[in-house]
Amino acid sequence: MSGAIWAIFCRDLGLLLRGSVGRGGALLPLLFFVVVAMIYPFAVGPDAKLLARTGAGVIWVAALLAAILPLDRLVEPDVEAGMFDQWALRGLSEEVLLLVRIFAHWLSFGLPLMLAAPISAVLLSLDGAQLRIIEIGLLLGTPGLAAIGVTIAAITSGLRAGTALGGLLAIPLTVPLLIFGAGSLQPQGEGGLYLLAAASIAALAIAPFAGAGAIRAGRE
Amino acid sequence: MQPCRLAAHDLACRRGDRLLLRGMSFELASGDALQLGGPNGIGKSSLIRMLAGLLRPYHGHVEHSGGLALSDERAALDPHRPLGEALAFWRRIDGAGPPSADFGLEDLLDVPVRFLSTGQRKRAALARLAASGAGVWLLDEPLNGLDTHWGAAAQAAIEAHRARGGIAVIASHQPLDLLGLRTIQLLEYQP
Repeated sequence: MSGAIWAIFCRDLGLLLRGSVGRGGALLPLLFFVVVAMIYPFAVGPDAKLLARTGAGVIWVAALLAAILPLDRLVEPDVEAGMFDQWALRGLSEEVLLLVRIFAHWLSFGLPLMLAAPISAVLLSLDGAQLRIIEIGLLLGTPGLAAIGVTIAAITSGLRAGTALGGLLAIPLTVPLLIFGAGSLQPQGEGGLYLLAAASIAALAIAPFAGAGAIRAGRE
Repeated sequence: MQPCRLAAHDLACRRGDRLLLRGMSFELASGDALQLGGPNGIGKSSLIRMLAGLLRPYHGHVEHSGGLALSDERAALDPHRPLGEALAFWRRIDGAGPPSADFGLEDLLDVPVRFLSTGQRKRAALARLAASGAGVWLLDEPLNGLDTHWGAAAQAAIEAHRARGGIAVIASHQPLDLLGLRTIQLLEYQP
């Protein structure tokens, strides 16, 4: 059982990281995340004070949108190919499989975002203290984004217009993470990090069950 | 192989608000083969998925022992990976031995699954099924896409599986050449 889970984790992570034809890898959300920070100063002008005041919010919006990018390849291809049916036949529960996938998804998108955040911080004239809070915030918030992403991907996996709908469904669910994440950068706002962690844990606790229910319902 | 068993008790199958089948019971023991026959849309695939435990029966229940393996129209092999890797993934999960040579895939192991033809993909799916070590094989149209030669090879593999004490349930509208094959015509179970 644990050997099977490990094999599935390695496969999931390989697919999500490396991507391949028609599946784009972990690079796409990462580039998107940095590019948003790059073009924002072009839009609002090079005023360093303004950038420093609004930049943290932009980083969080970019992180949220980067989390939505890979939605269509998180669950759908495996439902389509019959992988989940084959796993069910082998007695592997969808809850465990989705938990594994959330972890793999986080490693392939949350971790790279944290590595790219210093680049974005420089582009947006954020100082070291702000960057520290952003990194802590991303560490706490991206697992929640990954959980919501996998859940939405599972829910929309059987639908024809799944990708577009997935983005629309994911945005309202991720708003609490956005509010607490960006809010933690306000003066005396560090308490927001606790709420961010709480929102993230709530999403992680619900996601495997909601997603597994959606996959099972999709078989009927 | 440990003795295996598959039994259906008074199964009924409903899709949407249409009752497809009702009152179906059968019992299979080691070495048995059963063909589910009938025209398109009669409910063969739904019945196979019900036996696999993927669809809830509208009524009745299914019992099995000895492990289930399913081969339907989807190969469940990662499309962009080379066939050898895609099969190795399932071998790691099943803890099974080396792939069987019955399906002539040796030359295709480096080819990404998405480049395989329909028949080659079917053979790969059957190889995955055969390597799973499960006692009960559930086959949905196993001969679709196979030419005469590989169709015969697939049936030979089913016979070998039965000789080892396995069970095969085959949903197919094509005639099968299997020893002591039992047949259920689903038309007789229509409401």
